[in-house]
Amino acid sequence: MRYEQEAGARGRGSEAEIPSDRATVEAPQPFRIGESDPAGTPAGAAGAGASTAGTASTVTFDLGATTVRALNSELHAPSATSYEVLRPQGAHAIAAGVHAPLTIDIRGHAGYYCAGMNDGATITVHGNVGTGVAENMMSGLVRVRGDASQSVGATGHGGLLVIEGSASMRCGISMKGIDIVVGGDIGPMSAFMAQAGRLVVCGDAGDGLGDSIYEARIYVRGAVGGLGADCVEKEQRPEHLAELAELLTAAGIEPVGEYAPGRFRRYGSARRLYHFAAHNSTAY
Amino acid sequence: MCGIVGLHLRDPELYPQLGRLLETMLCQVAERGPDSAGVAVYGDQRRCPEGHAAVSVLLPATGATPATGATPAVGAVPATGAVSATGAALDAARAELSAAVRAALSGGPDPLVTAAGATTVIAAPVAVDTLVDAVRRSAPGALVVGSGLDLTVYKDVGNPRDLAVTYDLANAWGWQGLAHTRMATESAVVPAGCHPFSVGPDQCLVHNGSFANHATIRRELEAEGVRFDSENDSEVGARFVAARLAEGVDLDKALRLLCERFDGFYTLLVTSNDGFAVVRDAIACKPAIIAETDAWVAMASEFRALADLPGIDTARIYEPEPERVYAWHR
Repeated sequence: MRYEQEAGARGRGSEAEIPSDRATVEAPQPFRIGESDPAGTPAGAAGAGASTAGTASTVTFDLGATTVRALNSELHAPSATSYEVLRPQGAHAIAAGVHAPLTIDIRGHAGYYCAGMNDGATITVHGNVGTGVAENMMSGLVRVRGDASQSVGATGHGGLLVIEGSASMRCGISMKGIDIVVGGDIGPMSAFMAQAGRLVVCGDAGDGLGDSIYEARIYVRGAVGGLGADCVEKEQRPEHLAELAELLTAAGIEPVGEYAPGRFRRYGSARRLYHFAAHNSTAY
Repeated sequence: MCGIVGLHLRDPELYPQLGRLLETMLCQVAERGPDSAGVAVYGDQRRCPEGHAAVSVLLPATGATPATGATPAVGAVPATGAVSATGAALDAARAELSAAVRAALSGGPDPLVTAAGATTVIAAPVAVDTLVDAVRRSAPGALVVGSGLDLTVYKDVGNPRDLAVTYDLANAWGWQGLAHTRMATESAVVPAGCHPFSVGPDQCLVHNGSFANHATIRRELEAEGVRFDSENDSEVGARFVAARLAEGVDLDKALRLLCERFDGFYTLLVTSNDGFAVVRDAIACKPAIIAETDAWVAMASEFRALADLPGIDTARIYEPEPERVYAWHR
């Protein structure tokens, strides 16, 4: 199972028009909202450092016995296609900079910048993550079974990032084309200066949502604490309901009943802030 | 960076485990602040028995004996009260202090003296003010870094993991504790610059961040008669909170007043003999996470510090919102 992004899909998410050639997404295994699996299920006993425990093609790294640097060096020049990371113990930068279509399962809690800059891999964290998960992601799929700290998907260019639990402040800050689906709530100051991409929130959003937003689209099912400068509620047109259903499905949420697209509200830029007005030219 | 951890126990059955739990938490934030570590424990009757007051002090170097043991950190600049005795000189100073305090208290039993790195904890069955006065008179150059009926404070420079052993943290009992690992930004790497700042009875403050207008507020407080022990910006926060508490406002209100007056970056954990409070600045870029169960409330800079607490899988976990005071009471 892999999220496939079409070449032309990067930079999509323009508010003005929704491209008809949307990225095709294949539904991953569904998860039930509110029943995430923070601890995950540890795999079989692992030896010191890397080993090929479990299935023959899966390489296992035990971060209780080896370093993040050793893990990331292997992931940057991979000898396999499937990896499992045991005892992550909140270490920072786990599986950062992967640029191959690998499948990586992290069994436990990860620290800062997990899966940062991901380009093509399918990375699942069976636990919580710290600040900046999948920051600057280019493509691929990152899924967090638990909760996430601040700056989820910061400056992300593409791919799909799913937080099954809740995300803290500044979720989607400066997002540039990434799609983010959050099963729970998001904290204050989220989607600050969000430029492109879609942010879907199944719970509530904190204060200052979408402050100084450009062309990203935000969908929130619950309450919004307050909208930031130049962020306004917008009409849900049929194409928005359709893309929302597609994003929810891609994240593993069935878009029916409580999660029907009609239950969400859409927010975006009023475009009063960032367009240059010719009559202001004398002010510079 | 800097790392903060705090644990407030609700379930008395966990009291014997406070030190062990706090040490585990501290070690998870060691990399965030590798230059120093300070710890405060509430209710450790090994070192502050029932009916005793305890005073934690950094004893001055006398100059008579060359310092042995800990090597000063590179770039360390002595500040007020910053030059601490080490090695044999420290042992001698402790013995002198014990005798002098006993004399100052007009005889009675020997005060209970605990050595823990650069810190000396001295406890006696008298009022807190009486003991603080006796310590100050007995060792005029000593820096009092904590005092109260229930509180012991430990400070030193060095690797936080090693310091946890030096303080014998694992064996501490208690109902509440906090620890701080420091990556110095605003003042020198010396024991006196370590957090927590404990400037009122049974009060502690730890800080991750930096205050921008601390010099202005320091001058205002000095004009009101407040005296400072270090050049540290966080001490200004602690003195401000202590001054508000002394005026009779509660911890919640004192921290809201701090948010109004202080500019800069901060995540603060403040403790008293009554409880535990957390507040962050309006931008909240300094990390903080809180977890609660029926048995405890815990706060840390990163989730990893909470990951091994008993019952974390079913805890309510959240990150505190900007400029909102979160407070718990016994």
